[in-house]
Amino acid sequence: MANTDLFHIRTEEAPRLPAPISTTGVIGWMRQNLFSSIGNTVLTVIGILIAYSLIAPLIQFAFIDAVWTGENREACLPQEGGHSGACWAYVEAYFPQFIYGRYPTEEVWRVNVVYFLFAALLIPLAIPNAPFKKINAILFLVVFPIVAYYLLTGLVFGDVVILPIVETAVWGGLLVTLVIAVTGIVASLPLGIALALGRRSKMPIIKLVSIIFIEFWRGVPLITVLFMSSVVLPLFLPDGVTFDKLLRVLIGVTLFSAAYMAEVVRGGLQAIPKGQYEGAMALGLRFWPMMYLIILPQALKLVIPGIVNTFIGLFKDTTLVLIVGMFDLLGQIQSSFTDPTWSTPSTGHTGYLFAAVVFWTFCFGMSRYSIFMENKLHTGHKR
Amino acid sequence: MSVMEQDSAGAPARASLLNDPKARGIFYQLVLVVALVTLGYVIVTNTIANLERQNIASGWGFVGNTAGFGTNQSLVEYSETSSYGRALFVGFLNTLLVAGVGIFFATVIGFIIGIARLSNNWVINRLAYCYVELVRNIPLLLQIFFWYFAVLRSIPSKREKWSLFDTFHLNIGGLRLPKPIMGTGSEWVGYALLIGIAAAFLVARWARKRQEATGQPFPSFLTGLGLILMLPILTYFVMGMPISLEHPNFVETGPILRQGFELNVGLNVIPEFLALTAALAIYTASFIAEIVRAGIQAVSHGQTEAAHALGLRNGPTLRLVVIPQAMRVIIPPLTSQYLNLTKNSSLAVAIAYPDLVSMGGTVLNQTGQAIEIIGIWMVVYLSLSLITSAFMNWYNQRMALVER
Repeated sequence: MANTDLFHIRTEEAPRLPAPISTTGVIGWMRQNLFSSIGNTVLTVIGILIAYSLIAPLIQFAFIDAVWTGENREACLPQEGGHSGACWAYVEAYFPQFIYGRYPTEEVWRVNVVYFLFAALLIPLAIPNAPFKKINAILFLVVFPIVAYYLLTGLVFGDVVILPIVETAVWGGLLVTLVIAVTGIVASLPLGIALALGRRSKMPIIKLVSIIFIEFWRGVPLITVLFMSSVVLPLFLPDGVTFDKLLRVLIGVTLFSAAYMAEVVRGGLQAIPKGQYEGAMALGLRFWPMMYLIILPQALKLVIPGIVNTFIGLFKDTTLVLIVGMFDLLGQIQSSFTDPTWSTPSTGHTGYLFAAVVFWTFCFGMSRYSIFMENKLHTGHKR
Repeated sequence: MSVMEQDSAGAPARASLLNDPKARGIFYQLVLVVALVTLGYVIVTNTIANLERQNIASGWGFVGNTAGFGTNQSLVEYSETSSYGRALFVGFLNTLLVAGVGIFFATVIGFIIGIARLSNNWVINRLAYCYVELVRNIPLLLQIFFWYFAVLRSIPSKREKWSLFDTFHLNIGGLRLPKPIMGTGSEWVGYALLIGIAAAFLVARWARKRQEATGQPFPSFLTGLGLILMLPILTYFVMGMPISLEHPNFVETGPILRQGFELNVGLNVIPEFLALTAALAIYTASFIAEIVRAGIQAVSHGQTEAAHALGLRNGPTLRLVVIPQAMRVIIPPLTSQYLNLTKNSSLAVAIAYPDLVSMGGTVLNQTGQAIEIIGIWMVVYLSLSLITSAFMNWYNQRMALVER
């Protein structure tokens, strides 16, 4: 008997076999994530059914059955036996109104210039690596508002009309939405920081006033604030002094969002360790240099998501001005439904879909940008 | 600033008053007070002058006057001959109703979506993610318009209906439900329910005490559920079944104008309420979902592992270890979402659901008492939010981690 058959010593490594096909690639991923158990499979099927039942009609409505061109409602009326799809021809016809409101057609270039300046100044400001940040910020926060103000409202020296006056009553659409949102955002941030510092101040009266202010504005709905600014604010002013309606709304919106901003900033201030304050004071810094150089840069960095969330909330809340009779984007769309030229069963759906896409794009963009900045600025504290 | 205080304590030679932080503080505060008082004085004098010029008598006299406008939903008796005060009260109750129902549905949907967001199943996870990102980035007002003007306009007209189990009927006039008719003796069922709830509460307390003292568990949940359910049911049968259901009556024959649901038979939920509740619940649910997800993720994995190591199974681990700790993170932002929902219910005015703001707006237009009406709005919403934050502080103190 040959002993050599009883044992065997492998002298070279066995050939590596590929992983079982059921655990790799698409199939493996699906097995792991979609069909790992009976319950999971059922969930997957239900999920796919739900997704299909939501997405299919939407695609059918927005693209397949949609009418892309036409002169009036005739084009968009449902064909015999067919479904009525989105009436994009109506959005096309109304597009200038949605963007500029009833701004005089020959003056629309001024709005375009403002839009262009806004984008041209904001985009480099938003890109972290772009140069000339300081000049850019000054241009955007100081020069741009003044230029935009005169461009939009008009410029008249005595008898010399450089830019004809355009009443804010004819502004509308995206223009009003952006004016309210951007002004509210730019004005509420410094006010909110001041209020947050006031609330953490050691001076009792300043603290009390800040607390009352913040809690008051946070406790009431924006709609009552808007009613107040459009109905009650004129009563507060002496006879003969009148405010523009848009300006009154802007004041209301700014105070309202400043209170929310203050609470967000306060959260950031609370998260700064006491050692930072003490270190700054030990270096001989006074209150404002300490805040400006040491505390606020850290605190604001911590609360960027909260600040952007407040911005997003403010942007969405601009739609409420339509209740006090102003025409923002949604108000303009809502009022266009009364036009008999374009009255079809699908006009309403199309208008809302358009508004939803525009608002969603802005808000989602802002939230993505905040996540990007959060990661970018996340220095030190992250483990 | 406190640096300087130490200086002055050590050195006898005081710094100039100009540089004394205390003196400065008092000065700044004085300036603020003077500014506020001046502002208040200017506002009050201007307002009085303006009101006089417009011939508006300020004061609360108007509250008792006849309103003269109707409403399509009121929880208490209300007619066109009721007073303005009554109209505002009806609006307030409607606000509470839509907020309560909205909060209930928002919580249910929000928790489901929030848990789905943590699912290992990719499809469910992505669906929940899309829901959250889609819904919370679209303005609430647009969603209310969508539900009211787009969805509720494409359901059957007044002469037709959609029915579910032959009990729930939906058409453009709203949702029709069977209406419970309270006969004599039905109040005892209500009392029995209250007694059941109280008894369940006491049993739960006793069971907890006994378990803490002796370690013996007691099925207090089942007992409580039994008490709450069985007591009213028993009373219902003992009292001879005093509660009956009145089904809505749908007329299908006869002249065309008479077809449709008979008026005042059964319970009618108006379409404005449906649209507003749907929009509020779905919108707020997207925020609640994120709160729930963050709350559950905030409980560190070590807690689950430790619970498993102690021999707890998945169910008790969730119930006794994870959820109580997650709730501590979830509840504060959740309450503020509830508050937001309540405040957002004021958007009802856009679709004319008769809530406090909507009714108040009508009163404002009729009487011109702008300051009083807006004052009422603000006081009501402010007190709601102050009550909520008081509750929150109490809860936070109770639930706060007790550290060294």
